[in-house]
Amino acid sequence: MGLPLFPPGDDPGPSFSALLRRSESSGAAALPEAGAPLSVPHGTTVVAMRFADGVVMAGDRRATEGNIIAHRTMEKVFPADRHSAVAIAGAAGPAVEMVKLFQTQLEHYEKVEGIALSLEGKANQLGQMVRDNLPMAVQGLVVVPLFAGYDVRRSLGRIFTYDVTGGHFEEVDHAATGSGGRDARTTIKLGWRPDLPRDEAIELAVRALYEAADEDAATGGPDLVRQIYPVVATVTATGYERVSDEEVAARFASLVERRAIGRGIAGGGP
Amino acid sequence: MTLPFYVAPEQVMKDRAEYAQKGIARGRSLVACVYDDGILIVAENPSRSLHKVSEIYDRIAFAGVGKYNEFDQLRVAGVRHADTKGFAFSREDVDARSLANLYAQFLGQVFTHEMKPLEVEILVAELGGDGRSDQLYHIAYEGTITDEDRFAVLGGETETISERFAGAFEDGWGLDAALRAAVTALAGPERTLGPGDLEVAVLARANGRRAFRRLGPDELAERLSEGPKRGGSRAARPSTGSPPSDDGSPA
Repeated sequence: MGLPLFPPGDDPGPSFSALLRRSESSGAAALPEAGAPLSVPHGTTVVAMRFADGVVMAGDRRATEGNIIAHRTMEKVFPADRHSAVAIAGAAGPAVEMVKLFQTQLEHYEKVEGIALSLEGKANQLGQMVRDNLPMAVQGLVVVPLFAGYDVRRSLGRIFTYDVTGGHFEEVDHAATGSGGRDARTTIKLGWRPDLPRDEAIELAVRALYEAADEDAATGGPDLVRQIYPVVATVTATGYERVSDEEVAARFASLVERRAIGRGIAGGGP
Repeated sequence: MTLPFYVAPEQVMKDRAEYAQKGIARGRSLVACVYDDGILIVAENPSRSLHKVSEIYDRIAFAGVGKYNEFDQLRVAGVRHADTKGFAFSREDVDARSLANLYAQFLGQVFTHEMKPLEVEILVAELGGDGRSDQLYHIAYEGTITDEDRFAVLGGETETISERFAGAFEDGWGLDAALRAAVTALAGPERTLGPGDLEVAVLARANGRRAFRRLGPDELAERLSEGPKRGGSRAARPSTGSPPSDDGSPA
């Protein structure tokens, strides 16, 4: 590996993916002809919502391969950089790879240019990466991320959803994606109001994942035996912060208790 | 066909070296040193946006003196090298030594083969940890590389500044003390340098994964104005300029 210097006309600028394309000799391996869909681990439900100080994001821990549980401790919520987070649903391998590329891209831009990208710019970058994955998506390896962050220029939390073609859409208040996304979305829709305080927002995110796991086999609920709980994180003006496992565990404990009194009925109990 | 005049290789090299040295001496100097929580880099630079000191990777910083466009090109190449390497392998595999060697090779190549040598002197600093000590790699315009483990001075009046700074250097001193000594050494006896004339950055262990942090004008003014009696280590206090460290850790 020599020093990566480029003539002025062929300079990749602050784009890390452009740099990778220039330094890779053969490029990505050719995809096989369409055949039977590959059986690979898939990650499922992730949610995001705005609250008073920014955004909260949460994802369950289960990865499934058909009807098999492939992983019990997979993480689907990642810090993208200081003021944004990305959550993934879909084929686990390409999704985690995409997150790694996205994180590197944001940091690379910040270092080369001396200033971080705008939140809109970051969302757009991720959209391009999802679009680049389209050939894989056609083969069944779909990756659908959820992007949320704190816009330091506008001082508010913002959420972006994506489709397979890389199209991205800004959500007003909350979003959910993945196989249990419908149930999670409904739960959030019922409990959400503007300017939720932090505690209530985390509580609502945890409840949304619980309801999703209740209805969707591919979404993992709280695993009390192994002490595995969903990943919950907040992004505020002070940056990305993961909510501690103890706090998430305590919220689940009280949720499970309430459900037990109400015999499993949503909102049951005192 | 006319034969070119014969010029002895010694003369060619001497002329080139003189040319590069002259170019470097026109710019302002820079001091880097270790302190108890990391590495401090102080550059004399009146510009707020054209940086001489920058971040390369988690624990690696870059500093250059001389012609801005030339060392900035090297800086960007360093960021590219480090990010590509960290992406292809692991973040742990990115180290300053290999980067410093690449810089040295490139500078040496340009010095002997190109018409004009690069009029730059650069520093690659790496924060130690896990049993490794802090390293400062000083690379000159012709590709000579030296590694220092206490301090390095780059620029025109290296010798006088080095002398002044060596006299003040103490092992295990705090950030404030190191900063004041560096500023005094850069200024010399006749001048005083204020926060507006300086560009200061640290690689500090307290900063977490991305150790690089710039010291803003306010913090700089505060640190410089304090009397020497308050010298101790205050580096561990939560930094105002840079948020907590658990940002963007790799997947």
